[in-house]
Amino acid sequence: MKVKHLLTPLTEADILALQAGQAVLISGIIYTARDAAHQKLAELQQSGQPLPFALHGQLLYYVGPSPARPGQVIGAAGPTTSSRMDRYTPALLAQGLKGCIGKGPRTQAVKDALVRYKAVYLAAVGGAGALLSRTVRQAEVVAYPELGPEAVYRLQVENFPAVVVNDAYGQDLYEQGQKQYRRQNNKPGKDDAHVPGR
Amino acid sequence: MRELDVSKISSAVTEMMMEANYILGEDVLQALHQALEREESANGRQVLRQLLQNAELARAEQLPLCQDTGFAVVYLEIGQEVHLSGGDLNEAVQEGIRRGSAEGYLRRSIVADPLRRVNTNDNTPAVIHVTIVPGEEVKITVVPKGGGSENASAVKMLQPAAGADGVIDFVLETVCRMGSSACPPLIVGVGIGGTLEKTAALAKKALLREVGKPHPDLYYAQLEQELLQRINDLGIGPQGFGGRITALAVHIETYAAHIASLPVAVNINCHAARHLSRIL
Repeated sequence: MKVKHLLTPLTEADILALQAGQAVLISGIIYTARDAAHQKLAELQQSGQPLPFALHGQLLYYVGPSPARPGQVIGAAGPTTSSRMDRYTPALLAQGLKGCIGKGPRTQAVKDALVRYKAVYLAAVGGAGALLSRTVRQAEVVAYPELGPEAVYRLQVENFPAVVVNDAYGQDLYEQGQKQYRRQNNKPGKDDAHVPGR
Repeated sequence: MRELDVSKISSAVTEMMMEANYILGEDVLQALHQALEREESANGRQVLRQLLQNAELARAEQLPLCQDTGFAVVYLEIGQEVHLSGGDLNEAVQEGIRRGSAEGYLRRSIVADPLRRVNTNDNTPAVIHVTIVPGEEVKITVVPKGGGSENASAVKMLQPAAGADGVIDFVLETVCRMGSSACPPLIVGVGIGGTLEKTAALAKKALLREVGKPHPDLYYAQLEQELLQRINDLGIGPQGFGGRITALAVHIETYAAHIASLPVAVNINCHAARHLSRIL
């Protein structure tokens, strides 16, 4: 599959052109948020207050970068585990967020919300924080500086590599990919019927 | 009796904390190259290529391999003929981590309290394991352990009758449950035997072994191979995108067990099995 270029903010047409398994290169503005920032955003949403940045058409990147050395834009900046953000994601999608970037599977509630609000979930390579940092051209804290690595940054990225995991059609790369490569095992011991499904 | 000033331990810990975060071990690099040859999935190969490029860049630029520069786990094997002077050993190790984190531009990833969650802002305290051994050397091992892979780890008290099959089941179940969030390809440490805390410590110690070096006992070397095969047969693949390589290695460490117990622990590591040892 050919790599697709995505320019943020994303439109509905951009989203509908994406399928699970598609490799993409993202350019434009993305916002960062992880556990603590999500909790603060949720508190604002629940009390009906405006968020510190407009969500419409945007991508949220689950990352807590390491500090930048002098003269550099940012330190290592790879994705953190997305499941910790699951409880907050549907409400953010309802407010116009078009997608998120992280690693690891999402709950069914998030996948349903991606279909409902026409959005995507992308995975970047966890453990490639040094490499990914080189796609960041500018980084600026826009909210919660007191959270340190958990502050919300506005990042300007160029050709940030990611893969579509959950698309707006309900497809899931983790399920499809694992099904494709799974081998039934006939060695001694129990068969793998005991292995919980994902 | 040999005198050793604890400030020497402090300096060594500082250097090791930085180096472990920037430089991926040769054993892991070799395992990643081999994985790239064997991986059939296009997305999986792309992941492995990115990880190799990442290691090259991190080493050249003194950038952390991963933004999660870890919870510092420090092992001290102290020769019983050594007299430590010049201050508090625990504080010397903490100071080493503090300086390494500041000078090395490492992320502050530690909160002082598990429920009230205020960042200590200097990556202390380290988790310190001390053993007293014969001799007059001090061996220091620094392991910056990532949170994502630690969260995918688990411990279970099996019944002895569950045997090797029970251990295999639990390892597969643990890898399936959270494996794709733990940045595969994984290195899987398995502790078997001992007590609740001993088996967990064994699983972590298993991660310190050179990647892919088999257990010296053939019985466990074979069990490691069977586990590796079965984990890779799950098809999770690099980053969970589907593929042949879910784990680079499975390492088992064992201890004696109570007649009533079969404890087993699985400590998951991402591909970056960061650890460094130095002898003073």
